[in-house]
Amino acid sequence: MAKRNMVEAINRGLMEEMERDPSVMVLGEDVGKEGGVFRVTDGLQSKFGPQRVVDTPLAESGIIGVALGLAVNGFKPVAELQFMGFLPPALDQIISHISRIRNRSRGRYACPMVVRMPYGGGIHAPEHHSESIEAVLAHIPGIKVVIPSTPHDAKGLIVSAIRDPDPVLFCEPKRVYRAIKEEVPDGEYTVPIGEAKVVREGDDITVISWGSMVREALHAAEMVKEEGVNAEVIDLRTVSPLDDETIVTSVRKTGRTVIVHEAVKTCGLGAEIIARINEKAILSLEAPVERVTGFDTVFPLYKLEHHYLPSPERILRGIRKVMAF
Amino acid sequence: MIEKFDPLKGKMLRILGPDGRCDEKLKPDLSDDTVQTLYRHMVFIRQADQRALSLQRQGRMGTYAPVQGQEAAQVGSAYALGENDWIFPSFRETGACYMRGVPLRDIYLYWMGDERGQRVPEDVHVFPASIPVGSHPLHAVGAAWAAKLQVQGICTLVYFGDGGTSEGDFHEAMNFAGVFQTPTIFFCQNNQYAISVPRKIQTAAKTLAQKAIAYGFGGVQVDGNDLFAVYAATKDAREKAVSGGGPTMIEAVTYRFGPHTTADDPAKYRSDEELEEWRPLDPLLRLQKYLQGKKLWSEDWEAQIKDEAEKSITQAVQEAEGIPEPQPEEFFHYAFAEMTPNLKEQMNDFLAFLKEKGE
Repeated sequence: MAKRNMVEAINRGLMEEMERDPSVMVLGEDVGKEGGVFRVTDGLQSKFGPQRVVDTPLAESGIIGVALGLAVNGFKPVAELQFMGFLPPALDQIISHISRIRNRSRGRYACPMVVRMPYGGGIHAPEHHSESIEAVLAHIPGIKVVIPSTPHDAKGLIVSAIRDPDPVLFCEPKRVYRAIKEEVPDGEYTVPIGEAKVVREGDDITVISWGSMVREALHAAEMVKEEGVNAEVIDLRTVSPLDDETIVTSVRKTGRTVIVHEAVKTCGLGAEIIARINEKAILSLEAPVERVTGFDTVFPLYKLEHHYLPSPERILRGIRKVMAF
Repeated sequence: MIEKFDPLKGKMLRILGPDGRCDEKLKPDLSDDTVQTLYRHMVFIRQADQRALSLQRQGRMGTYAPVQGQEAAQVGSAYALGENDWIFPSFRETGACYMRGVPLRDIYLYWMGDERGQRVPEDVHVFPASIPVGSHPLHAVGAAWAAKLQVQGICTLVYFGDGGTSEGDFHEAMNFAGVFQTPTIFFCQNNQYAISVPRKIQTAAKTLAQKAIAYGFGGVQVDGNDLFAVYAATKDAREKAVSGGGPTMIEAVTYRFGPHTTADDPAKYRSDEELEEWRPLDPLLRLQKYLQGKKLWSEDWEAQIKDEAEKSITQAVQEAEGIPEPQPEEFFHYAFAEMTPNLKEQMNDFLAFLKEKGE
């Protein structure tokens, strides 16, 4: 088995799916000749040709809107948006059309397509290159939102996303892109959409996270171990639909929960997760659920980004607060 | 004058040829002194740009979008504006921003990951850089509309690139400008590439300038590496704008010698041959040849202005790096005029965390 980073793992997943299914098509800005600004689509155009790996005009709404047309008429488009910060022009197509085609046509048409986009902070980038607005996406009915945190899961999830009968927004934590390498098998395997994963088992407290924050949460879990606290860490992997069962099972066991996300706090996914816990496991709670998140401000330029992003120390503080309640 | 250069007929305004020879009939009214000064600015901007690249390589600056090759387009257009006109830059406008009065220190500070670099001095009308491509022409149209309604007698000029003309917002901006006859100059620097994607993939149209025609106003293609052509076209467009004649689109045909930003390698998407074809069209080289022909240039003078530029650039770097780090909670203060109770709570909790950590 080959050790791969997340960029290479997604690239591999795309390549294998394109080999398997001739209707899979990659389109976006700089995805062809350049191989994507993060090299996720590197080598695909030379392998599959410019008809299947297409450099488009610079127009997010255009890319996503035409992908709908391609999807309803025989193709499996995998569109790339260069950064989540440039998603907003395409939100109109996603909210007004892509998410609604199945409903609008009463099942006559569907929109099986994938929109890939790097997201999140921590790479010293300019404005609009660090945002995480996954909660905005999860708020749209008819759309699935997937966020892998490891190379292995990234490959398995991109394959599942491509095979899914509905539109999937695939958010790639760019801080993780080259940060870790792990065994990523060649050949077919999938990671199911909608299934979270317990990445560290523990009995005392549940830490729920996704994307680049999973590693920070694991780090904090190791730190708090020295204080005799055994934390369970859940990687959601899919943020819409949420895997209530994995969350609730863990919370029933530990009775204490911290949710970690780098996105803005207010109306972030943490709020939805708390609501689900309240609905399904409130009697198991021994303390209020704590959120360790970004702040309700614009993501700062890089001199201050380390203050904005939840750090293991901030997560540790959240864990201690819940444990001390 | 610019209406004589119909983009649909393949006409492009060029006054100063690559050999430095000038079409005297079209040459704008600029004194020798002024031309020398503008050349000096172009030299300065090129060196300031190179310094930014080296700072980035040394880890003293973040991602930077270089401007090399586009100095004539930016200097010529910025200089043609009136004192109170506004510019709306995208992210590759080091030259234009500097020309309009943004201190180089602040330009550097911004690329060093510090928002304070985007707070321009009170008497400067330069909007903060807009990074989402093609989104800000609308803002320039709105501000021009406001200027028209208040009879301010000014215009706005928006900088964008060839890639920007593919965005929906660009077209909406052009349409609004035409409908409301706003005093707006759409200044497109067609530098041939949107990152790796060549201009031919942005539009099937022969020129970008001709897009203006569909919106009911004039568009002109100029040699963007020709300072005189850029200046003359912008001045014309400005006079039209402030005298109630409405908007104009200028397509400055130029070439980005460097990468899109410090994060990409142009060798991956364009050939050395192509780069070499553009080298002789370098805007600095051309103006230098012109000045030589007029006996307005010498090696000593060139060395002197380069030396002066280096000193002043070094000072700007020192000033930018000498500014104390922002307070950790700085970004909380610009969400609203008055901080909301919940945001205050978040900030106080953050400050308490820092205190616990001993920061």
